[in-house]
Amino acid sequence: MPQFYGTRVESALMLGTAQYPSPSIMADAFRASGAGIATVSLRREGGAGQDFHKLIKGLDIPILPNTAGCHSLREAVTTAQMARELFETPWIKLEIIRDDDTLCPDVVALVEAARVLSDDGFQVFPYCTEDLSVCGRLLDAGCRVLMPWGAPIGSGRGLNNPYGLRSLRAHFPDVPLVVDAGIGLPSHAAQAMELGYDAVLLNTAVARAGDPVAMARAMALAIEAGQLAHAANPIEARDMAAPSTPVFGMASLG
Amino acid sequence: MTAATILGAGVMGLAIASELASRGIMPRIIDPAGGPGPHGCSWYAGGMLAPHCEAESAEPAVLHHGLKAAEWWQANGADITYEGTLVLAPSRDRAELDRFARLTRSHDTVSAQEIAALEPDLEDRFQRGLLYRTEAHLNPREALRTLRDRLAAQGIEIEPDGKPSGLIVDARGLAARDALPDLRGVRGEMLVLRCPEVTLTRTIRMLHPRIPLYIVPRGDGLYMIGATMLETGGKHRVTARSAVELLNAAYALHPGFAEAEIVELGSDARPAFPDNLPRLRRRGNTLYANGLYRHGYLLAPAVARMAADHIQTGQKPEFMDENHP
Repeated sequence: MPQFYGTRVESALMLGTAQYPSPSIMADAFRASGAGIATVSLRREGGAGQDFHKLIKGLDIPILPNTAGCHSLREAVTTAQMARELFETPWIKLEIIRDDDTLCPDVVALVEAARVLSDDGFQVFPYCTEDLSVCGRLLDAGCRVLMPWGAPIGSGRGLNNPYGLRSLRAHFPDVPLVVDAGIGLPSHAAQAMELGYDAVLLNTAVARAGDPVAMARAMALAIEAGQLAHAANPIEARDMAAPSTPVFGMASLG
Repeated sequence: MTAATILGAGVMGLAIASELASRGIMPRIIDPAGGPGPHGCSWYAGGMLAPHCEAESAEPAVLHHGLKAAEWWQANGADITYEGTLVLAPSRDRAELDRFARLTRSHDTVSAQEIAALEPDLEDRFQRGLLYRTEAHLNPREALRTLRDRLAAQGIEIEPDGKPSGLIVDARGLAARDALPDLRGVRGEMLVLRCPEVTLTRTIRMLHPRIPLYIVPRGDGLYMIGATMLETGGKHRVTARSAVELLNAAYALHPGFAEAEIVELGSDARPAFPDNLPRLRRRGNTLYANGLYRHGYLLAPAVARMAADHIQTGQKPEFMDENHP
C-alpha cells in the first residue's frame, strides 16, 4: 500500500468528494470503494461549509484538502493555510490552474507555490503534468509525492500519454507517484497501476456515474487488479504469436 | 381546540395547511415573518415541476412522488404551464446531453428543426435537444400567495406570533436545525432577468458539467435563471462567480440575454438531509416536516399528503423515519 510523507494509507484509491447526487451516496461510494484518502475542495465550497466538512470528516479516512479553483500562487497559499486549520493536516493537494478550458496545471506557479508551502511545513501533493523537468523541479522544491494528470480534469479520457507516465515512473523509482485526473473507466485506473504507479486519484468518474456506488467498487477492483498485475511482473507484448501449448508432432489418435 | 399548529409559512408549511384544510381540518399557522416572502428559501425556487429531469441525480422517490405534483398544485389554485422541459447543451458539452438522456426517461430527442418549431427564438442555435413533454412549471411566488389567500378565505390567517395549540407541525425549513442535527443547508443562487427581446415558452435546462442551470419563463419578458448548488449552509449574497455562471448560461442560450435588465439577484439555503430526500419525524407532540432540498414545489404536495395522513390516522407514511440522530 502507498506511503505518503511517512503515512501508510489503506488503499491505492484516492477519491474526491465533489458532485455526488447526495452526501449519503457519497458516503456509500466511499464505503464500497474502501478508498484510502478523501480529497476535498476548500475553495469551491467556500469557507463556510461546516456541515459538508463534518460529513467528510465522518468518512473516517485521511483527508487531503485541495486548492482546486485557485488561479495564482497567492490564492493557493491562502487556501492551503485555511485547509490546514480546518482539517488539521499538513497535507495539501496543490492545484493551480491557468487555462479554464483544459484546467491544465500552471506548472510555473506550481513549482513556486510548492516551494513556499514546503518551506512553511506543508506536505505538498502537486497536481502536475507528466513533464520530467517540471517533476524534477517539484522534487527540488520539497515535494515528496508527484501527481501527474492522466488527462484533463473531468474529461474521462484515461491516460493520454502512457509513454510519458512510464518514463516518469522509470526516472523517479522511489517517489510515490499518483495519476490524478482524467480517469473515466476502471480500465484506465488499472492501466495506471500496471505502469507501477502508487495510487490513482479520481472523482468525476465515480460521482457522475449513473450508479456511483457500483462504479466506486469497480474502480477499487480495477486498482487492485492493476496493482497485482504490476507486482506479478507481466509479460512483454510481442509481434508474433507464441503458442501457449507447444506441440511437437501430431497428436496420436491411436 | 385546534388540531394542529403549523410553524412556518414557506412552501412546506402552506402546503400542509392547505392539505389539512382540504380534508376539513383547520390548522393554525404561525410565522414571525407574517407570510411567504424573501426571508424564506421557497421564494427563490425555480418552480419547475420536472420529475423526469430531476431523476438524473435524484432518488427514485422524487420521480415517483413528483409525477403527482402538478395535479396537486392545480387543485390548489396555482397556474400551471404545461409546456414541458427542453434540455439543451452548448456544443462543447454535447456529451452531457447523451449522459442526461441515458439517466432519464420520458423524453424525445428533438432536431434543430423541431427545436425551432418549439421555440422559434432558438432557431439555428442547437443541433439537438431532449424534450420532456409531460413536465410543467409554475410561478412559485404566485403559488405561495395563492395558497395563503385561499387559506385566509377559509379563515386561516398567518399569525406572526402566539402560542401553538394542538399538534405542532414544524415546517421551519433550515431554521429547524436546532432540533434536526442532520439537516444541512445547500445554498442556491438565482437571478431574474427582464428581456422582452427573447421569447421562450417553456423551461430550458442548459447542461453544464457541474451545475444544472435552468431558465424558467415567468411571463412579461421575465426569466428566472437558477440555480447554483453550494454546500455552504447559511444565507449569503450571490457571489460574482455564480452570477457570471448564471449569466453565461443565459447568454449561451440566446445572445439576446446580453441586453437583459438584471431585476434581481437572490440567494438562500435549501434544507436537506444527507440523502437529499424529505423527512417527516415525530417527536412527542411535534411533527417535523423538512428537507425538501431542491424539490420544494415538486415534493411539498407529497410530503403534505403524508403529514395530513399521519395527523388524521396516526399511520407512519413513507417519508417518516424512525432511526435518526
